[in-house]
Amino acid sequence: MSIIVDGSTKLAVSGLTGREGSFHGLRNKAYGTDLVAGVTPGKGGQDVEGTPVFDTIKEAVTEAGANTSMIFVPARFAAPAIDEAIDSGVETVIAITEGIPVLDMLSTYWKAKEAGVRLIGPNCPGVLSPGKANVGIIPAQFFDPGPIGVVSKSGTLTYQIGNELKQAGTGNSSIVGIGGDPIVGSDFIDILKLYEADPDTELIVMVGEIGGDAEERAAEFIASDISKPVVAYIAGFTAPPGKQMGHAGAIISGSSGTAQAKKDALEAKGVRVGESPTETAAIAAEMLRSL
Amino acid sequence: MDLLEYQGKQLFAKHGLPVPSGEVANTVDGAVAAAEKIGYPCAIKAQVLIGGRGKAGGIKIAQNAEEAREHAAAILGMDIVGPHGEGPFRVDQVWIEGGSDIAEEYYASVILDRGEKKLLAMVSAKGGMDIEAVAAEDPDALVKRHIDPTTPFDAAAARTIVADAGLAEDTLDDAADALVRLEEVAREEDATLIEVNPLIVTAGREVVALDSKVTIDGNSLFRHQDLAEIADTVDDPQEQMAKEKGLTYVKLDGNVGILANGAGLCMSTLDVVAQAGGAPANFLDAGGGSKAEAIVNALEVIKSDAKVSAILFNIFGGITRCDEIANGIVTASQQIDLGLPLVVRLDGTNSEEGLQILAEANLPNLHQEKTMLDAARRVVELAGSAS
Repeated sequence: MSIIVDGSTKLAVSGLTGREGSFHGLRNKAYGTDLVAGVTPGKGGQDVEGTPVFDTIKEAVTEAGANTSMIFVPARFAAPAIDEAIDSGVETVIAITEGIPVLDMLSTYWKAKEAGVRLIGPNCPGVLSPGKANVGIIPAQFFDPGPIGVVSKSGTLTYQIGNELKQAGTGNSSIVGIGGDPIVGSDFIDILKLYEADPDTELIVMVGEIGGDAEERAAEFIASDISKPVVAYIAGFTAPPGKQMGHAGAIISGSSGTAQAKKDALEAKGVRVGESPTETAAIAAEMLRSL
Repeated sequence: MDLLEYQGKQLFAKHGLPVPSGEVANTVDGAVAAAEKIGYPCAIKAQVLIGGRGKAGGIKIAQNAEEAREHAAAILGMDIVGPHGEGPFRVDQVWIEGGSDIAEEYYASVILDRGEKKLLAMVSAKGGMDIEAVAAEDPDALVKRHIDPTTPFDAAAARTIVADAGLAEDTLDDAADALVRLEEVAREEDATLIEVNPLIVTAGREVVALDSKVTIDGNSLFRHQDLAEIADTVDDPQEQMAKEKGLTYVKLDGNVGILANGAGLCMSTLDVVAQAGGAPANFLDAGGGSKAEAIVNALEVIKSDAKVSAILFNIFGGITRCDEIANGIVTASQQIDLGLPLVVRLDGTNSEEGLQILAEANLPNLHQEKTMLDAARRVVELAGSAS
């Protein structure tokens, strides 16, 4: 098994007719993901290399059987597109788009909650279940199938750690990029729950960064609800207070949300925290051997 | 993006929240002229993006033109250091506003609570002082209420909050109205933080915002023309240059210039450089899919910081292709005279091709390392101690 995406995923890509959307959508298809539809208003009836395009996500659901929506539309139109996906009847919405105004996500987040739809992102690299399906922009070549579940706020950092795990001779059940924005559809806790229930996941690697308190909350949750071993990495020890480091989410306010505070919170609950991506992968590989 | 006090107040006024009238000035003569127009007493307030201005001597009351001149001359050009050692921030502008006859000082704020995914309203009757200290020493004095994102925030909802905070009975309607307007500023102007300390009651029992701290979501600027113009004014020359070139750059104090792809990997690179005993000079995220031109731009920005004595390129190619990065480095070295040691670590997509390109170019002063940690150690060695 794996989580969120697998062989049963039937993917509809909003923005498949765009440059980025077609590049990554077709890459996902080439990986083996069942790409059933593209969605672009006004372009219904066309196709992208054989994949039919519909005007609405709802049509992609009723006509092509889509159960997962990937959002690849520009930031200013993205929140309405996510809202449309939530209403369309899909189970999962994965929003790759970065730069969506945070207050737009405030209402969209609650809409998804209310509808019981799993929302991943926005501003995330997507979800990869090695050997099964890839939805998003994660370069699949750096990940092999295996027993480690990865959940991360950051894209490239995840590739770095994934690649080191691969070199250490192990692999992943799934890799979930939850995104670094202040408001994301799924937090560490939501994904930790899924890994806990996934029989193929034996160990979890959690990659956090400065800003917010999602890591601190996750630490509490790990202590109370997660029986599988968790290894963490936190980026941003050297970040100056009050400076914004690219991700809108990576903002420090006061002393809460600092990398040190997150590391302390995790270690207080018995979670080992690696000093560097390399050390984190090494700890994970070593713990896996002793399981 | 943080707004200066007067910019925040202008936003409040636009949404009908009373603020003292005033003018902004960037010269002593301009400040005196503004003071003459506004009348005395008036407040002359340093406009910098940091708290603790009053303690630092950045806020003064003038009773006449002579005092206005004296205070403006003292405040303009002064350096203000924040309460936690931030800065220093040079004062380029002062805000001159009419003196207020203060009967009560309250506190009000509306912020985005990212943990709860809701706006949070906070109100206290103990305004005009350090609100963090109030929250720590007398937590009941600070009323915190989340705003239901699914229903409109109206005067009735606001009134229960200000009443629970124990504000004076005769001010409750006006204070509730102020809170409703602050929430409106948050929603309509895409503000993720709005803090008013103090929210005063005047001798005439009018509720007025005497200060403002406002943070606007940078992602929303496409729909706020007026705020986007404010965002275009960046103080630091390197940050300005990076902005013009479309790069995400934050200047730091050290001497190791850093370029990586992706915000997370870039932060991680800063950390491993610091662990290796070095001091990062900057954060520069070249972004996904970085092309040769972006590399040239990035090197120009990093190099324009005179403190930099060595540069580290840490690239893990996902969407970004290492051969393109390598071509960018070669092109850049032809276009600009770096004159600095450059440590390059390329891994991921097309890394072998990238390494091949660099090897063939045989650039002087270029050092290749296989891992992130070795690259960090090498660049710290080459940078030497920060002066």
